[in-house]
Amino acid sequence: MNQNPYSPHTEADRTAMLERIGVRSVDELFNAIPRDARSPRLGIGAGMSEQEVQAHLEKLAAMNKTAGSGPFFIGGPIQRRYIPAAVPVLALRGDFLTAYTPYQPEVSQGTLQAVFEYQSLLAELLAMDVVNSSMYDGASATAEAALMAVRLTGRKKVVVSSDVDFTFRRTLRTYARGAELEIVDVPTDRLASSADGAASVIVQHPDAFGTLVDVRAIADAAHEVGALCVQVTEPHALALLEPPGALGVDIAVGEGQPLGIPMSYGGPHLGIFACRGALVRQMPGRIAGQTVDADGVRGFVNTLQTREQHIRREKATSNICTNEALAAIHAAVYLSLLGPEGLRAAARAGVARARALANRIAALPTCRIANDGAFFDRFTVRTEMGGWDLRLALLERGIQVEATASHYVDGKRRGRDDVIVQCTEMTSESDADALVDAVAEITGSRQAVAAR
Amino acid sequence: MTVVKRQPMPDAGATDVKALEPLLIELTRPGRGGRHVRAETSADIPPQFQRKAPLGLPELTEPQVVRHYTHLAELNYSVDGGMYPLGSCTMKYNPKVNDRAASLFADLHPRQSYRTTQGVLALAYELEQMLVKITGMDFVTLQPAAGAQSEFTALLMFKAYHAKRGDAKQRRRIIVPDSAHGTNPASAAMCGYQVTTVKSDARGNVDLEALKTALGPDVAGFMLTNPNTLGLFEERVREVCDAVHEAGGLVYGDGANMNALLGVARPGDLGFDCVHINVHKTFSTPHGAGGPGAGPLCVKKHLRPFLPKPWIVRENDGTYHYDTAREDREPESIGDSIGSVKQRLGNFGVLARAYTYIKTLGEEGLTETGRDAVLAANYLLALVREKYDVAYDRTPMHEFVLSAAKQKKQGATALDLSKALLDEGFHSPTVYFPLIVPEALMIEPTETEPKETLDAFAAALNRLADRAASDPTSVHDAPKNTPLRRLDEVAAARSPKLKWQRPT
Repeated sequence: MNQNPYSPHTEADRTAMLERIGVRSVDELFNAIPRDARSPRLGIGAGMSEQEVQAHLEKLAAMNKTAGSGPFFIGGPIQRRYIPAAVPVLALRGDFLTAYTPYQPEVSQGTLQAVFEYQSLLAELLAMDVVNSSMYDGASATAEAALMAVRLTGRKKVVVSSDVDFTFRRTLRTYARGAELEIVDVPTDRLASSADGAASVIVQHPDAFGTLVDVRAIADAAHEVGALCVQVTEPHALALLEPPGALGVDIAVGEGQPLGIPMSYGGPHLGIFACRGALVRQMPGRIAGQTVDADGVRGFVNTLQTREQHIRREKATSNICTNEALAAIHAAVYLSLLGPEGLRAAARAGVARARALANRIAALPTCRIANDGAFFDRFTVRTEMGGWDLRLALLERGIQVEATASHYVDGKRRGRDDVIVQCTEMTSESDADALVDAVAEITGSRQAVAAR
Repeated sequence: MTVVKRQPMPDAGATDVKALEPLLIELTRPGRGGRHVRAETSADIPPQFQRKAPLGLPELTEPQVVRHYTHLAELNYSVDGGMYPLGSCTMKYNPKVNDRAASLFADLHPRQSYRTTQGVLALAYELEQMLVKITGMDFVTLQPAAGAQSEFTALLMFKAYHAKRGDAKQRRRIIVPDSAHGTNPASAAMCGYQVTTVKSDARGNVDLEALKTALGPDVAGFMLTNPNTLGLFEERVREVCDAVHEAGGLVYGDGANMNALLGVARPGDLGFDCVHINVHKTFSTPHGAGGPGAGPLCVKKHLRPFLPKPWIVRENDGTYHYDTAREDREPESIGDSIGSVKQRLGNFGVLARAYTYIKTLGEEGLTETGRDAVLAANYLLALVREKYDVAYDRTPMHEFVLSAAKQKKQGATALDLSKALLDEGFHSPTVYFPLIVPEALMIEPTETEPKETLDAFAAALNRLADRAASDPTSVHDAPKNTPLRRLDEVAAARSPKLKWQRPT
């Protein structure tokens, strides 16, 4: 019996193979390795049967408290959304799951057409000319958008709104160390006036706190000084909000996880990346394109590959190789199933629930809604006790929310300490009741009312 | 003969489009749709923000969608279905228990408190420890989403390391061998480095003299894949690393070929300062038709301060949290860290699969894996070496590179052979890489293909060599038994069609 349960070789096989090679033992194949470095002891313990491994993993999983196990309002770019049963059934078929990158298009049309359709579906949603086949996540897509704008303009300054999700800004800052870019964080209302000399202006709409932003004005101001406008967006919002392509945006990016992809504690997710047609030669990542085969039958290939690392090496538009094709297929299946009405319904549910919940919380004398304007499907709550402590107190009652205290980069703390409440179609009435009751109790609203 | 099922082309007769399967936009009919989420009919959005652009998503029923993707799936070659001998891609079998294990962690948000994610942190912490032991390094970040992002992460760390020592300004160059993956120079360029290429010597090693000439006080580091992309173990690896270190540079280990070294040797014992692992190769996680992967980066002590944040901390009582102060607060300052390339623990769903694989195999299983991978490659090479030229002919590790230069003269190129192999029921090897081998066929069988399959694959390759000699035109005309025949890539690039055209 082999130690690796997936190894097919019998001892007789191994003997025959060694004989054919012309050596007596496998060790003879390792003569190029320094003798003292060969066959180290690793110290990682013995293997397990599948049954034991499964039980072990279940034990670990039981140490977590899943999002579905209680009222849950954490969100931002990664959202707990309803995933139709058909999404994993189709997208996780072994034919997709265990295929490689479609290097041989003749036997990869399933992947290539699905990715082409993903690009087309997202192009419809974003109203953008070109969508690539995926980046790692929304954060790296944002960073790559900034790098693309630097290549297009020859400028090294990036102006980013401090209301862009903190994880995106942190990744942007990290990526910027490579090309030694100057990153300037300003509040959204100062983006337009700070665009001078910038390669790009990066705005999020709806922003990290849910607030709706006048992107068109920012794009216009950017264009006036020769900068590009990059919009960070999220897919469900696009069902109801004017899309980047209609707002003068040059590059649109976002996290695609809400499109039928599990949260999985942060990945694998889906980096959405789209641009105007004129900019496609500077786009990072793979792109599927339509063509025909030798018999004139429609088919699909990876195209415009002269942008990519395996051809251009250090002159490539990005180093990306492995991407998130499987997540793109999830998104395509999800959008195919929901269609325009289903997507609108899911988006409206988040908006409607957020509005109703915010009204109830705003009615508590100890709380106010702290967004700078109209919001989409998440909002911020300001209290005397501060968001950080409120979050912990809620957690003790089994309610999970996020605090804005996390939202700073490189030690620059935002000047607010609120909680963020994300709603989706998964937010139930009883979740909402639980949150309102708990916030009222924790912040002393009842006493405040009684004292009046 | 492949039977290809498809949905009827709706416009058959009206157009002359021939296709394997209609596009979604060709299946749509106004008014079709499912009922997957509760109907919510209104949402209060200020008019100036409301969508006025049409939302041209297709309208389909669930049965149509299921048929569509089922048909598409059936057009794919996959490792579930057959041998995938792509060199440097390590397309081994993807165990199913790994997928089920990962699904146990699907309903967790990365911004949850450490208090509600102790299982995640315990798994990740143990995975880090296991990777330390497997690679012989000291510390690990699980954050990078793929090998290329791991390269980029490491080079940013090199930059930070040199900055800390005060000579980042002068160290502007990264050296890569001419056999390197394209991601290596591309990652270096993204870090603002100039790239210098050094040639390989006659035995397929880095040319040590050329390397020494290229080294100097302006060099930040050297990127080395070992075994290299020829499948060969770098014979003077320690001298190479020493030379780079003497010049003040750091050595990056590209772990794309780590499968060969499992339990066989550890990069940390060979002189590397760091090495990444493609868990979607070495640790059996599925490649997902192009991704996701995960690219943990394992480093020696001296690089630790520069690792991405946050780091996992284990308390004496067996509980876990992040190093970023108490109560999940992110750090006030990230210190010398380069920041972060992804949230918290990167592609956790992929890492959970890798963890499951390592736990399943254990020490002995992993060691057997490395040895079997090398055994399989050497056996396969022995079966095909008479009919093809072998590039840099010495004992390979887990993969080897043939040259079809001889066959090209007969009229069948490496591309032709790769297409003809599809007709034989096998996926093609990696072709035209590494760049230093003309008409390269780079073959990696992995440890999970049975001897019978290796025999059949070798027989197919040998038959093709015979056909290249006797009837090269038939090879040139391949493939014929695949869902589509050769595709016109030139036309695709010349007039790009990158999304469907909605009927107006």
